[in-house]
Amino acid sequence: MIEWIITLLASTLRLSTPLTLAAIGGTFSERSGVINIGLEGMILMGAFAAAAVTYYTGNPWTGVVAALLFGGLLASVHALLSITFKANQVVSGVAVNILALGLTTLMMQIIWGNRGASEGVEGLGTWSVPVINDIPVLGPILSNHCPVVYMMLVIVVLAHILLFKTSLGLHIRACGEHPEAADTVGINVCRIRYFCVILSGMLAGLGGSFLSLGQLNVFSQNMSAGRGFIALAAMIFGKWKPFGAFGASLMFAFTDALQMKLQGFGIPFQFVAMIPYVLTILVLAGAVRRAVAPAAIGKPYVKE
Amino acid sequence: MRKIVSDLLYSFFAILLALLLGALLIEATGYSSLSAYAALFRGAFGDSYAIAQTLAKASPLIFTGLCVAFAFRCGLFNIGGEGQLVVGGLAAALTGIYISAPIFIHIPLAILAGMAAGGMWALIPGWLKARFGAHEVITTIMMNYVGILLCSYLVNYPFKAPGWVAQTVFIKESATLPKLIPKTQLSAALLLALLFSFLTYLFLWKTSWGYKIRAVGLNPTSAEYGGINPARVMILSMAISGMLAGLGGVGEVLGVHKRFIDGFSPGYGFDGIAVAVLGRNHPAGAILGALLFGALRAGGMAMDRVTDVPADLVFVIQALVILFVSAPEMFRIIGRLKK
Repeated sequence: MIEWIITLLASTLRLSTPLTLAAIGGTFSERSGVINIGLEGMILMGAFAAAAVTYYTGNPWTGVVAALLFGGLLASVHALLSITFKANQVVSGVAVNILALGLTTLMMQIIWGNRGASEGVEGLGTWSVPVINDIPVLGPILSNHCPVVYMMLVIVVLAHILLFKTSLGLHIRACGEHPEAADTVGINVCRIRYFCVILSGMLAGLGGSFLSLGQLNVFSQNMSAGRGFIALAAMIFGKWKPFGAFGASLMFAFTDALQMKLQGFGIPFQFVAMIPYVLTILVLAGAVRRAVAPAAIGKPYVKE
Repeated sequence: MRKIVSDLLYSFFAILLALLLGALLIEATGYSSLSAYAALFRGAFGDSYAIAQTLAKASPLIFTGLCVAFAFRCGLFNIGGEGQLVVGGLAAALTGIYISAPIFIHIPLAILAGMAAGGMWALIPGWLKARFGAHEVITTIMMNYVGILLCSYLVNYPFKAPGWVAQTVFIKESATLPKLIPKTQLSAALLLALLFSFLTYLFLWKTSWGYKIRAVGLNPTSAEYGGINPARVMILSMAISGMLAGLGGVGEVLGVHKRFIDGFSPGYGFDGIAVAVLGRNHPAGAILGALLFGALRAGGMAMDRVTDVPADLVFVIQALVILFVSAPEMFRIIGRLKK
């Protein structure tokens, strides 16, 4: 039984990694006032870039760098469209998702001659953390994970500090709540929004690299499989805060891990898979706990 | 009139630019863009079968395009078309299977069931928006997954036909929409789509409710000063928008598959966003947009079969079209740079 719980919690931490990274990305983007429906595509792009570059170099760390770059690149398309060209942020995000799905499948066909799955690539492997490794119970839960899991944990803390303890964070939040006022005190709203949207793409891309290099070490078509939207849910459930996003991602990942463990126990997976979505609807309705989005979200900023 | 011409011209250039970028992409990957596009064109318009395929693919897209456009006229963003389409399809299938009636009652009944289910699925986010201010973009996305998973459960367990595939049994003959051209996927769903495009136009521009909806879409605050209750109008708009998406599922189930198959929609609901954006949220525009994306879908599959270029190229072109059409500022800014 204890063994069962340990593997359950360890896989919860693992599964939460791409969700947390993308949800924190979404938090930055929305805190600065830009809705990011494109997280799904950015995860997918990151997963693909990580696998493709690793395939050519043989070094998975170059894959991680590629995931950051290409996630950021795709996000800069969203930024360009929705900030500079003032396109509808939701439309632009949807387009980014379709673009990522099309491009990655197309490139798969070209690189591997197969549009279902890539060839196997070198994975990131696992790190066993000294000291923690030897603690009973906690050791097996927290140790021997993919390096991206540990990067994620550090990023949660850094994101919190950046957003709530630095002047840059204050500027970001000001852009999302009251861009006119932010502009008046000399904050460059567009530049802040560009920074946040591109950062969100990089984080989502990093989450994607975990999918392709952290578990099975292949890329497969539409690998993100809706995680971008669950991340969106985690962002809301976490009230647009990094630690909240992490907590919500852990909770959603736990239901996911539990569902995998419970397969064969006669509980239809569909109902367990529904939990994150139903909870998010309840949260937005104020039934569980009230969540209020940044005030200026979704509106392009037009300088007077 | 001038606006329509400039809109059409603008869309035309956006599509051209997207196709051009697509061609560059094909060339960059070492294939011939000319032969790929020739295959795509033949697959979409080459013969009567190809045209029938294009129209068949366009039918559900007209509905989901109308769905997005309708909600948008009220200032709401319904990206839950996918879920509404799927629940609508299942409701129509169950009506087609479990009810016995003569054809002229059975078909309308199945259609109504699909509309009701789709409408219900969109009514919830509409109500949440009106009552709690819950952002409809997020709630409709979440409702998509709830709807798809719920239907998946229903056809995997209670309503599953014998066999390995998660699907229902066939609907009764009396609930089947007739084929317009035999041995193709083109059914009377297309006529239904055209009819509802016209009805949507009449409703939005020729009735007082339509006027109220558009007034709220333009400015909810001033609409309220004008004696309109925005909350009620929003809920109604979402419900009707969901009904339109539900009809898309009805057409697919009663006209094409004759049963509900788990995962039958390859993202028609999401494509509806592209259709509405391209169609400037107007019913006539939705028809044109759906025809373009229907042609791309049908042609893309043919291109995939005859050349080495995967059908997924079509997604890239589609995404580029949305990106270009959604950002008219782009051309304005680029134009300014030249001067």
